[in-house]
Amino acid sequence: MPRVVVDVMLKPEILDPQGQAVANALPRLGVSDVASVRIGRRIEIDFTGEPDLDRAREIADKLLANPVIEDFTVRLVETDETAGAHP
Amino acid sequence: MTARVGVVTFPGSLDDGDAARAVRIAGAEPVRLWHGDPDLRGVDAVVLPGGFSYGDYLRCGAIARFAPVMETLVDAARGGLPVLGICNGFQILCEAHLLPGALTRNQHLHFRNRDQVLRIEAAGTAWTNAFQAGQEILIPVKNGEGCYVADAATLDQLEAEGRVVARYVGGNPNGSQRDIAAITNPAGNVVGIMPHPEHAVEALTGPSLDGLGFFTSVLKHLVGAPA
Repeated sequence: MPRVVVDVMLKPEILDPQGQAVANALPRLGVSDVASVRIGRRIEIDFTGEPDLDRAREIADKLLANPVIEDFTVRLVETDETAGAHP
Repeated sequence: MTARVGVVTFPGSLDDGDAARAVRIAGAEPVRLWHGDPDLRGVDAVVLPGGFSYGDYLRCGAIARFAPVMETLVDAARGGLPVLGICNGFQILCEAHLLPGALTRNQHLHFRNRDQVLRIEAAGTAWTNAFQAGQEILIPVKNGEGCYVADAATLDQLEAEGRVVARYVGGNPNGSQRDIAAITNPAGNVVGIMPHPEHAVEALTGPSLDGLGFFTSVLKHLVGAPA
């Protein structure tokens, strides 16, 4: 059964201090060619029946993302592509 | 008759006890409300206290917004019920779209805990009428996600309509845009504030008694409000 994946990212104009902190740590790993890092959240949703992208969009808009500061995308993936399928 | 001011407890609320005490010291009767119960018990005003409701999972205030008590509270607030959201309560009011904008991770990523000077900018709201516009007060601030953000049009509108209630003075503790510490809705009955007036109501524990003004304001507002 395909799984719905929702990716939530801060809008580009919103400062991402977590991403900045990670970017600032990279030189300590010897990494000097990264211009910026932004951190978001990936949410995997399994419906009891057929996956419903419209329902997933509604869930994302009402709860998973705050549209004031975040954008989201909704997509279907086969379950063997998702992290949960590789314990 | 003594005004009855509700204080909501969510799982993870921390400052509900202090908020109830502040209500009592101001001369009103605190009424404890429960997140899972939509009944507001006929209160005249409501405080949403600080803390980490529902563990602040997902985003601060995001899950609390859907608590049964919030369904009735949102309608009542739209109908004019005075509501004060402190810290996590401010986050909940933004998530519930009673106030514009959002509160995000402090710009410097550090939790900030200190006594903070604020300038009261709007003394006409239900929760700030005991102050003078321009008055400086000292109350504790303690937050990890207190950085107020909104788009430029929203910020301009808040400024133009006199809805910035308080600003940080002497250093912005969290990177909030335009030093905003507190805002109100167009009607002035809903106020969200990031610092903690309920921790500055007694000489023994607070840096001042300046916080008491928020709670005496709502009593003054209720006396003047049409029944």
